[in-house]
Amino acid sequence: MQDKSAWNWEPGKRVVLDTAKCKEGFEWLEELQASPDGEKCAAVVNLGELEFSVCVNGENWGNTYSRIWYPRFGPDGRLSALCSDGMEWTVAVDDEPWEEGHGYLFNTKFSRDGSVIAVALQDDMKYGMAKDGEAWENLFDNANNFALSPTGNATAAAVQVEPLDQADINKFQGGIFSVAVDGRAWDERFVNVWTPVFDPAGERVAAQVRKTLYDYTIAVDGKIWPGNYTCVWEPAFRPGGGIVAPVRSGGKWGLAEDDNLIWDAKYFQCWHQAFSADGKVAAAIVSPKYGKFTVAVDKAEWGLYFPVVVDLVLSACGSRAAALGKDEDEMWTIMVDGAAWPGRYARAWTPVFSPDARRVAAKVETNGKYTVLLDGRPFGQDFDQVWDPVFSPEGDKVLIRAVDNGQYCRIVALTSEF
Amino acid sequence: MGAVEYGIQNRKVDDIGLIQGAARLTPERIQKTIQKVLAGETGAKLKAYSEICVRCGLCAEACHFYMSHDGDPSYSPVGKVKQTMWVMLDKKGKVSPEFIYQAAQVAYTECNLCKRCVQYCPFGIDTAYIMLVVRRICHLLGVIPQYIQDTAHSHASTMNQMWVKDDEWIDALQWQEDEARDEIPNLRIPLEKEGAEIMYSVIGPEPKFRTQLIMQAAVLMNEAGMDWTMPATTGWDNSDMAMYTGDNEIMARLKRDHFECAQRLKVKRIVMGECGHAFRSIYDMGNRALAWRMHPVPVVHALEFYWELLRDGKLKVAKPFEKTVTLHDPCNVIRGRGLHEKAREVVRAFCPNFIEMIPNREHNYCCSAGGGVINCGPPFKNVRVQGNRVKAEQLKATGAEVCISPCHNCHGGLEDIIHGYKLGMELKFLIDIIYECMEKPNAAE
Amino acid sequence: MVEIYNFVVGPLAWVGWGIFVVGIIYKLIYMYSLARAKDYSSLDYMSLPFSLRSIFVWSIPFYATNWKRNPAMTVATFLFHICLIAVPVFLLAHVVLWQKFFGITWATLPDQAADYMTLAVIAACVFFGVRRATDLRARYVTSYKDWLILILVASPFVTGFLAYHQIFNYKFMIILHIVSGLAWLALIPFTRLSHMFLGLFTRAYAGSEFGKVRHVKDW
Ligand code: SF4
Ligand code: SF4
Repeated sequence: MQDKSAWNWEPGKRVVLDTAKCKEGFEWLEELQASPDGEKCAAVVNLGELEFSVCVNGENWGNTYSRIWYPRFGPDGRLSALCSDGMEWTVAVDDEPWEEGHGYLFNTKFSRDGSVIAVALQDDMKYGMAKDGEAWENLFDNANNFALSPTGNATAAAVQVEPLDQADINKFQGGIFSVAVDGRAWDERFVNVWTPVFDPAGERVAAQVRKTLYDYTIAVDGKIWPGNYTCVWEPAFRPGGGIVAPVRSGGKWGLAEDDNLIWDAKYFQCWHQAFSADGKVAAAIVSPKYGKFTVAVDKAEWGLYFPVVVDLVLSACGSRAAALGKDEDEMWTIMVDGAAWPGRYARAWTPVFSPDARRVAAKVETNGKYTVLLDGRPFGQDFDQVWDPVFSPEGDKVLIRAVDNGQYCRIVALTSEF
Repeated sequence: MGAVEYGIQNRKVDDIGLIQGAARLTPERIQKTIQKVLAGETGAKLKAYSEICVRCGLCAEACHFYMSHDGDPSYSPVGKVKQTMWVMLDKKGKVSPEFIYQAAQVAYTECNLCKRCVQYCPFGIDTAYIMLVVRRICHLLGVIPQYIQDTAHSHASTMNQMWVKDDEWIDALQWQEDEARDEIPNLRIPLEKEGAEIMYSVIGPEPKFRTQLIMQAAVLMNEAGMDWTMPATTGWDNSDMAMYTGDNEIMARLKRDHFECAQRLKVKRIVMGECGHAFRSIYDMGNRALAWRMHPVPVVHALEFYWELLRDGKLKVAKPFEKTVTLHDPCNVIRGRGLHEKAREVVRAFCPNFIEMIPNREHNYCCSAGGGVINCGPPFKNVRVQGNRVKAEQLKATGAEVCISPCHNCHGGLEDIIHGYKLGMELKFLIDIIYECMEKPNAAE
Repeated sequence: MVEIYNFVVGPLAWVGWGIFVVGIIYKLIYMYSLARAKDYSSLDYMSLPFSLRSIFVWSIPFYATNWKRNPAMTVATFLFHICLIAVPVFLLAHVVLWQKFFGITWATLPDQAADYMTLAVIAACVFFGVRRATDLRARYVTSYKDWLILILVASPFVTGFLAYHQIFNYKFMIILHIVSGLAWLALIPFTRLSHMFLGLFTRAYAGSEFGKVRHVKDW
């Protein structure tokens, strides 16, 4: 992760790139990507038949490829993309390709600070992952549900450990799936495995498993919870605590921690559990009535119900929570601590807390234009395109990355400008 | 009085899934499972349906299976209920493995869950629902035709219907993008474009067998100037055979993946290709299983999308499609969503020589492939082809050269019917005709 | 005989009517709570306008597609149900009883009309019976219960007709008539006859799903 205090927090607007100019000389320019600090703007560009490059702030990468996709800035500001010369695929990071080529690469993942980049890979119809250019030694007949630990020390995926003939239902039901961590599969086999997740230190892995066609539970480092559930959703490590997963029992959903119900199974739905950094506060999106969703923080429901609730976030300290609700008219509302902000928007993006949790910002869309809200108030201008807002370390300024009339600009706004 | 000569016992089909599944059963497990489902998962709806059905048989003629079997009453909707659910209820679950085998064959292969019978029963009794409950029980008992069970396994393991691996999907899109550029040089299939208006989703067989449909849709999106994207992760497949095997948990998991994919991409709506059962899964059944009352991201079926583009002048007809055409109304988007008039407006815009088949619109007969029946595979091909003679007659009576079938399952089913009854008709998706006849302003000279 | 008569129009009538009314209320409450607990993903889609639309449309003879397809059945069904309800409710002899016991009264049918209507019910029952025995669609799904129900439904009309025309022993017939009528009432909530009230709800549910979710006609 970049040290945000080192970014330019001088208030004001600066045009970084005129994309109109950028378009000259290209057949086409693909979607713009903004760097976390807003200083760079990049896009894949087509230079002619089967010739692609990446244009960063108007400058093309030196290398060209017959295909480039998924250019993304990592949290540390490095730009990676998946590139192919027509035969093999590689990951290019800031125009520097990984040494080894592979049959196919996809699903780029960054460690929390961005220092580690991992991708899913396929070589000769075998599947696994590669981390910073280094592929798993063991590849599998299939792999999916890829994960990179937050620290970047390990990778994991759900893997198929045995080949399966066409329509061999018996072998399948005998269990041919497992979890592989850095290419080494657990000894245990399951009918299905989904969403392996790492603990914050990257030392343990928990995943959803289906033991038979009907019995679901959570497996942790290969050991399953003794309890059987009719369904489960993805587990999460509670900081300083156990493993918490939504579980279904008696037709309703609740939360279980280490196989014990901590939230009674009384919801029509319960998912996207989130924790404060110290693990003391737990929240989740729940549906206490059929078709009505809300957020529950430590089991206490917000009094606001929407047909759809998404993007639950907790501030690091856990004292505050925010989420998005969508109503019957397909309009979005931003909810913070159980209260709705006044506006309704065609679209809203995941709310962002300031480091001290005092302020909340979010990107929204109205009438095809985008802007940023701070504590419910819009920034004085709207744009053709906006990225998620970023708070300064003190939380007194908001970095707005936006495209206005074809110009990509970087705005440092004071909180008084909203 | 019992007319014993009719019934499933006379037409048992060998299937590994059914044979092996039934062989593993014990009477105790059967009874426990049935009672568990009846007590835990069904309620007033099933009770009322079973109790008030006056055994009048008025629903018989709704069903193409009945209509195609010279009045054999064991193919009528109520006849299917009699052979399955009533017995389970009467005997409180004390039934034999052999009975379960036969019940599974009835529920999985002799009912397309098309709900036409709901429109014919004076009480609106939903036989399709009852057949789904039977399937649920058979799923929990592990007595399911092999091929559809394998498909459900694929769904669970890859989140798509056809064991398509994550990279194969992306590769198929990139390949189709290249293909389309032969005609439209600057065409793009924008992958993972967060914040696009539309996520376009398809069903598993498209990247596997019917890639030209992806190409054609991409051309349509580009030429209509849509702001669209396709995901490079799972969630791209909107199909759902778990819904039809009775594996409601996997159905829910699939729909969650699909909708959360769209939510992650922050699109305003999902436009889906010409598929019927997928629409049902997204619009009717999968969303409910997750407690979403309606689809959490609006889903627009291709038929409605084409209609919208025509209305907005974004899709224009360059030349008429001259052959005589008829239109097969797919149950899941017509009886399931009422898109019949919109479909006709699009068809008429492109095809001046349009002939209605009779019956049509929400009264159209099912293709007999739906409800997962075609996915039960080769052992049951004859069941659905012979079970839909009435469809062949209906098609034949139009005299049309081309049958438009805007649904994947219907396509597969009608193909076999056209072939089986030697109708010599051409079968097309609507996009095939649109692609052939639309204006393409960005096409290379 | 008189005691028996007094018993059947007195305590037995109370019992019959009591079971009928309480049974229906009980059944409705039971079904509703069951639906709330287990069928919430159906119940939630109920719509009053579409429920009423569906019930209304299906109440018109020869309107729904399937009524058109089965003319004999349609005529029999409508005639049967209309007469089945109208005769007992508007028969002079019945209204007199209401007046005698509760002092309330309402319009009545001319006896001649009621007589024909009773015949219509009996004729419809015969038609249903013949259809049940000969039409494979019905015969295949018929069990002994369906015959019992048919006999149960026909018997108050047959006995009433016989009593009115004083065929056989009038007193005996009238008692038989009352007993069978009360049995009929009392069994409504607990047999297939509950379609009398539950059918409205299944119809309403189909109408709601088809109207509100599926946007198509359910007829
Ligand atoms: S195939 Fe259709 S009409 Fe026949 S029983 Fe099934 S749902 Fe009813
Ligand atoms: S039409 Fe309705 S009531 Fe008559 S037999 Fe069929 S399901 Fe039963």
